[in-house]
Amino acid sequence: MAITKETVEYVAHLARIQLEEHELEKLSAQLKSILDFIDQLKKLEVSNIKPTSHILPINNVLREDTRGESLAVEKTLMNAPRKEGNFFVVPKVIE
Amino acid sequence: MNYEAVIGLEVHLHLKTKTKAFCGCSTEFGNEPNSQVCPVCLGFPGSLPVLNKVALDYAIRTGLALNCKIQEFTKFDRKNYFYPDLPKNYQISQYDLPFSRDGFLDINIEGKPKRIGITRAHLEEDAGKLIHKENTSLVDFNRTGIPLLEIVSEPDINSPQEAYEYLTALKSILEYLEVSDCDMEKGSLRCDANISIREKGQKQFGTKAELKNMNSFKGVKDALQFEIERQIGVLESGEKVIQETRLWDTKELKTVSMRTKEEAKDYRYFPEPDLPPFIISVEKIAEIKKSIPELPKEKMLRFVKEFGLSEYDAGILVASRRDSEYAEECLKAYPSKDKKAIANWLIGPLLSEANNRNSNICGLKVLPKGLLELVGFVDRQEISHLSAKAVLTEMIDSAKGASAIIKEKNLIQISDTGSLNAAVEEAIKENAKSVADYKQGKLNALMFLVGQVMKKSQGKANPKVVQEMLKRRLADA
Amino acid sequence: MELYKLTGHELLKKLSSKEITSEDISLALKKRIKETDPRVKAYVRTDKSGTEAKRIEARDNSALKGIPVSIKDNICTDGLNTECSSRILTGFKPPYDATVIKKLKVSGASILDLKTNMDEFAFGSSTENSFFGPTRNPWNLECVPGGSSGGSAAAVASDEAIMALGSDTGGSIRQPASFCGVVGLKPTYGRVSRYGLIAFASSLDQIGPITKDTEDSALLMNIISGHDPFDSTSACVDVPDYTKSLGMDIKGLKIAIPKEYFVEGLDPQVKSSIEEAINELKKLGAEIKEVSLPHSEYAVPVYYIIATAEASSNLARFDGVQYGFRAEDSRSKDESKLISMYKDTRGQGFGQEAKRRIILGTFVLSHGYYDAYYLRALKVRTLIKEDFDAVFKEFDCIVTPTAPTAAFKIGEKIEDPLRMYLSDIYTISANLSGIPAISVPCGFTKNDLPVGLQILAKPFGEETLFRVAHTYEQNTPWHKRRPTL
Repeated sequence: MAITKETVEYVAHLARIQLEEHELEKLSAQLKSILDFIDQLKKLEVSNIKPTSHILPINNVLREDTRGESLAVEKTLMNAPRKEGNFFVVPKVIE
Repeated sequence: MNYEAVIGLEVHLHLKTKTKAFCGCSTEFGNEPNSQVCPVCLGFPGSLPVLNKVALDYAIRTGLALNCKIQEFTKFDRKNYFYPDLPKNYQISQYDLPFSRDGFLDINIEGKPKRIGITRAHLEEDAGKLIHKENTSLVDFNRTGIPLLEIVSEPDINSPQEAYEYLTALKSILEYLEVSDCDMEKGSLRCDANISIREKGQKQFGTKAELKNMNSFKGVKDALQFEIERQIGVLESGEKVIQETRLWDTKELKTVSMRTKEEAKDYRYFPEPDLPPFIISVEKIAEIKKSIPELPKEKMLRFVKEFGLSEYDAGILVASRRDSEYAEECLKAYPSKDKKAIANWLIGPLLSEANNRNSNICGLKVLPKGLLELVGFVDRQEISHLSAKAVLTEMIDSAKGASAIIKEKNLIQISDTGSLNAAVEEAIKENAKSVADYKQGKLNALMFLVGQVMKKSQGKANPKVVQEMLKRRLADA
Repeated sequence: MELYKLTGHELLKKLSSKEITSEDISLALKKRIKETDPRVKAYVRTDKSGTEAKRIEARDNSALKGIPVSIKDNICTDGLNTECSSRILTGFKPPYDATVIKKLKVSGASILDLKTNMDEFAFGSSTENSFFGPTRNPWNLECVPGGSSGGSAAAVASDEAIMALGSDTGGSIRQPASFCGVVGLKPTYGRVSRYGLIAFASSLDQIGPITKDTEDSALLMNIISGHDPFDSTSACVDVPDYTKSLGMDIKGLKIAIPKEYFVEGLDPQVKSSIEEAINELKKLGAEIKEVSLPHSEYAVPVYYIIATAEASSNLARFDGVQYGFRAEDSRSKDESKLISMYKDTRGQGFGQEAKRRIILGTFVLSHGYYDAYYLRALKVRTLIKEDFDAVFKEFDCIVTPTAPTAAFKIGEKIEDPLRMYLSDIYTISANLSGIPAISVPCGFTKNDLPVGLQILAKPFGEETLFRVAHTYEQNTPWHKRRPTL
């Protein structure tokens, strides 16, 4: 599977990562070789195999609808890069 | 040209659990910003979700009430997108295996039944709230993680009125199930619409617009009506409808394009590795089925059968679950076999009092016993219908009983001919012209004379008795 | 006597007899870290935090009586910096303790006020991908300690820690344990709560002990194992007393040797150490037989799809909104200020390997590629698990090398991600199948670098691992050797 620079750019945008031009070049080349390596999976016939997303046979894990502890506001905001009153602050979201 | 609208509705519903979908934080509305959060709903590094049992039960209960098939094997998926109200930058949702799918809801449109398909109802977590300032946006995560049921209809809806009826019927069912507050003002019920138009008879769909930001059922109806006209206008002028999201402007009463460069949606759904799957057993479904109360439609049909009401009247009485219980108590206890009179009281004066006060019937604090007492006075012709309405208002305002108010205001009608005789004679004497008119066959003149007698008795005379007295007296002369 | 050289169980005896106090241990350890860590760099932020173990009331009857435990930088400690050795989590102080930390505290452990270094977000096999700079292998400071729990392994190997916790997603406990000559255990998936472990790949991650010997490993497992209602993937399986497995012999135990693990790429010196170890196990009474795990060659590609896909989603939350680093004054291009803030924060906050994996993971999940990559990988994961199920029907455990080579030079593989990924070739399958695996020292190369022996068992078969590992350890000298620093 050939991965182009454009694909990497698109994916980096989806992942919200700014890449410098030299990073983009290097990453495209590295991803290409990684994907070539990964492509060996295509040798396997898997159409009748069930996928495994959970390795343990656990089901129906539920909690009661009872109150747990919430954080004190100071603790919630303790790590905030920007805050105003009890709010987190971000650059304006344009709707 | 003749156009037809094709509408599908997406309803987002807050489930009325005490705690959030995946953590123990409160779901209460209106508290200090960021005061109902914990590492889990904040998506703090290292935290993990555990599903609220009641949220699952409510989701299944709703699915069953909407005639859906309940998936035996279901799971959660992650929907990945960046937005500041989404603390993990993914939403725990359901992609290919929602809890319920393939249901329907029956509505009534101009007296005719219509079935609207329900594509799916799936469980997900709500996002937070953003407050926009000049250069920044403020983020409050209190709402983040509240269990949300997304109910998606098939594009079976063909008019704004049908959409309105669908939403009303849906809300009524949800209220019966007691799974949600359904309060659009608090955001516990939200509705988006997909709408396109096509020539009547055409098979394929037109290009759709997604409408958002409607904050009442009427808003949905108005937005759809506006959008239909707008899209027809676009087509008639030879242009094409563009696929886009449009916001309903509640002040200007029009839909406005969001005008943002919309990215192709690539949510990268994959199974949520932090939540093992759910297997919903037949027993579990049976257990939840048992907890479903009689729903509005069944109750309506029963009211028709048991109490001889019209479908229309019964439909009004069952719209809200608590009011329907109130109504049923009244209907059962009402002594006459003919229930029309009490039904009229419920649908008429009582409901309009409730509407005037922005309440429901139960909220008026008049017990069924109290209402029946009042109606008893009317049925025995001890008070007039008119004064009874005034008594009802007073009962609601003062919380006093009917008989106390009637006594206090001295409202008992005078039906004794002996006591009314003088007033009748006086009226005849004073209104010779009307007497003459009546004799010449003008019935209006009789009504005028009744009015005069009523006036003389300070409204307490029984008008039927007075009319009979006048007729007899004038026939004699 | 230098207390820091002792194991946990040796110290416990001295504490029980009141020969020493837990404070004596803390002081000795503090001194040791001060002396040697400038060279080893097993810990991060040593300049910022005091090198003092957070003293807690060490009750005499508690299991650990105040013994300090060193914690990897990706396990949340309430109020104590937890940054995953990443710039993007600069200054992050979790508002809560991970479940394992709560359990350790209840058991009377002191949580060291210093976290151990790691590859950023556990992305790596050498601890070179750390924002704080690489950790060095105590046996040869020019070499890597392995990774990603390289800090924990190097700390234990250099006697800068009595015992430590690491995390293992594809070998991140076992491979550094092997490179540093210590004992590292990756428990069965679901055995130890992940609540509070900053997720790399949720379906693969497990926390586990890195210790000087098997007994300490069992001791820690007794404390950290068990069901946690805050982790939906944690198993409701009773926790046995793992120390009871120590001292049992291995006579008649059936051990499988998978032939796919002894092919091209395995260093000859490592190979001969492993073969000697297998002979030793035979001498000790085990029945040894060669088997096949036919899908072994696919483990690495499957892993790099599943792990990066999950990581791309798990790491989306690092966006500069609630915690950590935020790039201010973002250059506003044609995008909104908000999107620029996200992109610059993540572009500057993540290191190269993190960006590589997030982008790979985003790609394999993106529209049009999901079935070809992610879904296919989940299916091959099923095949890999079935290989193990089949072997465990007949055998008690499997023995393999932990890593294809001994520790390599710093910088040797950093520019070639694919070569780096292949150093996890023997460890990844255990994560994909959810089974427990332990690495114990089993010899040295000519250059005096340790070699590790990996033992794998069926799910919740940790007792078998301890039984084999302890018997082997008691009959070999390897675990007693320490590097000179």
